[in-house]
Amino acid sequence: MRKRRIIPGVDQKLLIKDAAKLMPDPARRLFLRGGLSVGALTLLTGCDIIDSDAAEGTLRAISRFNDRVQAWMFNPNRLAPEYPESRITKPFPFNGYYPEDEAPEIDGKEYKLEVGGLIDNKEPWTLDRLYALPQVSQITRHICVEGWSAIGSWQGVRLSDFLKRIGADTRAKYVWFQCAEGYSNTIDMATALHSQTQLSLKFDNQILPRKYGFPMKCRIPTKLGFKNPKYITAIYVQNNDAGGYWENQGYNWFSGS
Amino acid sequence: MTSVGLLTASERARLVIHPAWVRVTHWINAVAMLVMIGSGWEIYNASPLFGFTFPRSITLGGWLAGALLWHFAAMWVLAVNGLIYIALGLLTGRFRRKFLPIRPGDVIADAKAALTFKLSHEDISVYNAVQRLLYVGVILAGVVIVLSGLAIWKPVQLQELTAVFGGYDAARYVHFLAMAAIVGFLVVHVLLAVIVPKSLKAMVTGR
Repeated sequence: MRKRRIIPGVDQKLLIKDAAKLMPDPARRLFLRGGLSVGALTLLTGCDIIDSDAAEGTLRAISRFNDRVQAWMFNPNRLAPEYPESRITKPFPFNGYYPEDEAPEIDGKEYKLEVGGLIDNKEPWTLDRLYALPQVSQITRHICVEGWSAIGSWQGVRLSDFLKRIGADTRAKYVWFQCAEGYSNTIDMATALHSQTQLSLKFDNQILPRKYGFPMKCRIPTKLGFKNPKYITAIYVQNNDAGGYWENQGYNWFSGS
Repeated sequence: MTSVGLLTASERARLVIHPAWVRVTHWINAVAMLVMIGSGWEIYNASPLFGFTFPRSITLGGWLAGALLWHFAAMWVLAVNGLIYIALGLLTGRFRRKFLPIRPGDVIADAKAALTFKLSHEDISVYNAVQRLLYVGVILAGVVIVLSGLAIWKPVQLQELTAVFGGYDAARYVHFLAMAAIVGFLVVHVLLAVIVPKSLKAMVTGR
């Protein structure tokens, strides 16, 4: 188990409040039971023939199979379409599992990005040092698992460049992100090394505002929105899949687009 | 009526209205479609395209993640079964024999006859013009719903396909409209199977 660290620049009260939110919602845990008793299958069979735990196990196994299919479909050289500035969605939506006024408030002066795992240089990164790295820009479509989409403009450091800079072992399987509010994400190394995967420090050429993940978001246009962590406080390169906030509740792990 | 046992093999084959592969793929498709529609409605509810949502009592999955698990599991059944059905339909000549020709004049005449309850259901091995049109139509809707679904699922990896549907957002509408067409077909299809029960029997026993 990973110990929760005191994260510089993060409001501790907020951390505790959000830790409470991480407790699984009992209604959600029983999603299949509720769905099955009244769902289409019941109409079809006239009775509850499927044990919901067995059904959930089968569905999760198929979801892991779908992870492998998507990893196979993922082309590292295939770029997400880019758009002209005129296509940027205004206002770009705020999105989270909490209301906007509860989004983490991070003090940029105190902020230090923690880096760890299979890397050579574990020295934490201040914002000034991150801003001083070579920057790239993209205008791409953010696609939410819910179905809606919005086009945004992000500027920041190419993640593959950053991994090279910290001496990451890119033969490792995963990159894990920890976020200020307790959110977390694990992504596959192939996606981490994709040229459009970006540690975003700006939105539309302005310092990333709080609502979009100040001070840093990982923008991954080849994955669904929830695989794009915001308020990032730590990045680890590792071989074990540490899961993620939504993935652990049943969303597909790979969630590539 | 002649006893089936006294007939030659070829005569017996002629009595079969639906060969086994049609019946098997039909019922697998029926289950897969219901799962896809029920879970698809729950997914739709997460971000509705129109000013309505589907009542949770008729959706599958309980919430978005559950519905997505069902949708992305049943899609394999729907797609593989559908490919087998279409391949066999083309290779055996069944599509050509049963569905063609479709003449507009016949469709109008048969539709009029159906609406005034004058359409004959004597020989259910021969489809009337309205049936032909609807069956071909629903097969095409099935192809469109799978392709638009792929376009929504993989708008980066399959971006050329997504572009064919006019982009990601437009593909969602195409996917929804194809669902609406299939559900519309289903209502008429089930209703007519109930009105003409021997058609339902034929899809179970083959005769």
